Amino acid sequence: MNDFGLWNVFSFGPGGWGPAMAKATLMTLAVAITGFFVGAVIGALGAWAKISGSRAVRAAADGYTTVLRGIPDLLVIYLFYFGSSAVLTPLARFFGASGFFSLPAFLAGALAIGIVSGAYHTEVLRGAYWSVARGELEAAIAVGMSRSLAFRRIIVPLTLRYALPGLGNIWQLVLKESSLISVTGLVEILRQAQVGAGSTRQPFTFFLAAAILYLVISSVTGWATQRAESHFTRGLRRE
Amino acid sequence: MDFAFLLETFLRLLPGVPLTLQLAFLSVAFGIALALPVALMRLSRIWPLVWTARAYVFVFRSTPLLVQIFLIYYGLGQFPELRYSALWPILREPYWCAIIALTLNTAAYGSEIVRGGVQSVPHGQIEAARACGMGGPLLFRRIVLPLAVRQALPAYGNEIILMVKATALASVITLMEITGLAAKLISETYRAIEVFIVAGAIYLAINYVITRIVHVLEHWLTPYLRPAPVPAASSRGEPA
Repeated sequence: MNDFGLWNVFSFGPGGWGPAMAKATLMTLAVAITGFFVGAVIGALGAWAKISGSRAVRAAADGYTTVLRGIPDLLVIYLFYFGSSAVLTPLARFFGASGFFSLPAFLAGALAIGIVSGAYHTEVLRGAYWSVARGELEAAIAVGMSRSLAFRRIIVPLTLRYALPGLGNIWQLVLKESSLISVTGLVEILRQAQVGAGSTRQPFTFFLAAAILYLVISSVTGWATQRAESHFTRGLRRE
Repeated sequence: MDFAFLLETFLRLLPGVPLTLQLAFLSVAFGIALALPVALMRLSRIWPLVWTARAYVFVFRSTPLLVQIFLIYYGLGQFPELRYSALWPILREPYWCAIIALTLNTAAYGSEIVRGGVQSVPHGQIEAARACGMGGPLLFRRIVLPLAVRQALPAYGNEIILMVKATALASVITLMEITGLAAKLISETYRAIEVFIVAGAIYLAINYVITRIVHVLEHWLTPYLRPAPVPAASSRGEPA
């Protein structure tokens, strides 16, 4: 057993784990970003359903956010990873293929994260929509904007502005949640760290390295969202 | 839908409920006990304490819980000093590793909630207490803490729900709580959707009960927010 070498995990030299860790970091970012945007689309639909849907649509959206915020994310990931085979295998058999089919780990993971974060997106976007001042909408109608133009020029930009802090929180959540996808075998940061820990027998070193990578990503993106927040709220009065 | 299978699944998952509740309860209890001193450190004006608390909260809030669990369960075995120490019988057990990781994680979030609660105590209340001659620990115990608890309770209720959900991660380090049993059942039967429905329903039921308990607690702690009793009025509590 060699000594405690954190530098070895990040080293790009011979025997270093740098390239593998870098690739895994990109995978984490890819799956987190995909999941975040899937969630944003679901959230936009959910918020729309809660704001202006019929009673049945509202009830469905309420049920969705209640359920998804009340069950563990790991369970949703299992559902997508294993459950997809229950749907896809008979479908593949119908088309004449034989054998066992399931969603690729990346797709299953990104969809699971999207569905989970969609519930949070729904609440954030809905709250942001209601904090848009009604006077802004009245002004838009008063200057003769059509509904779609007012939606595009007034509602969307203002809603996004108010939603920005909440969206930043969701991103941090999604980033951390992406580590759960390691259970499906997708080689992202945590899975790569497990592989490294197993083959070098230095679990602490590798999991510490994983923790550092997550810490760096979340700090950099946290700083970026804070910058974006102050940029987009520069027109707002501050006390 | 195959109700016989759903019922069988329910009976197979039920033995996992006590472990889930135990993990959640112990980590929340230990978490509160740790969150309070961390929040006080963060609020003290002694900079080494402030920075220790800040660093702790920053590290545990910016890394995934699963990484923290792995660091404690798999990682600590890397150090022979620990493996041969008196602590090893505890650190060897996945049960205690899960509780330690969950506790450290929830205490970081909890300390921020407590800090928010303490900072929300109106200054006038503290002035009034000082004018009555209270000071130091007495003022904290009688005035600041009760008001802070009332303020922080809704947010802490959310944190408890998050902890119940987080106990699912203990299944990754071999603990057979609800999610662990569900994963085992899925790999035996390949009926992920049915198992998911049952396991999800159990978690929802647990979280619903916890939400109600927190609501009752909130109602009980905020008598001054309730409308004065009017004859024949509905007995609905004030929303938080």
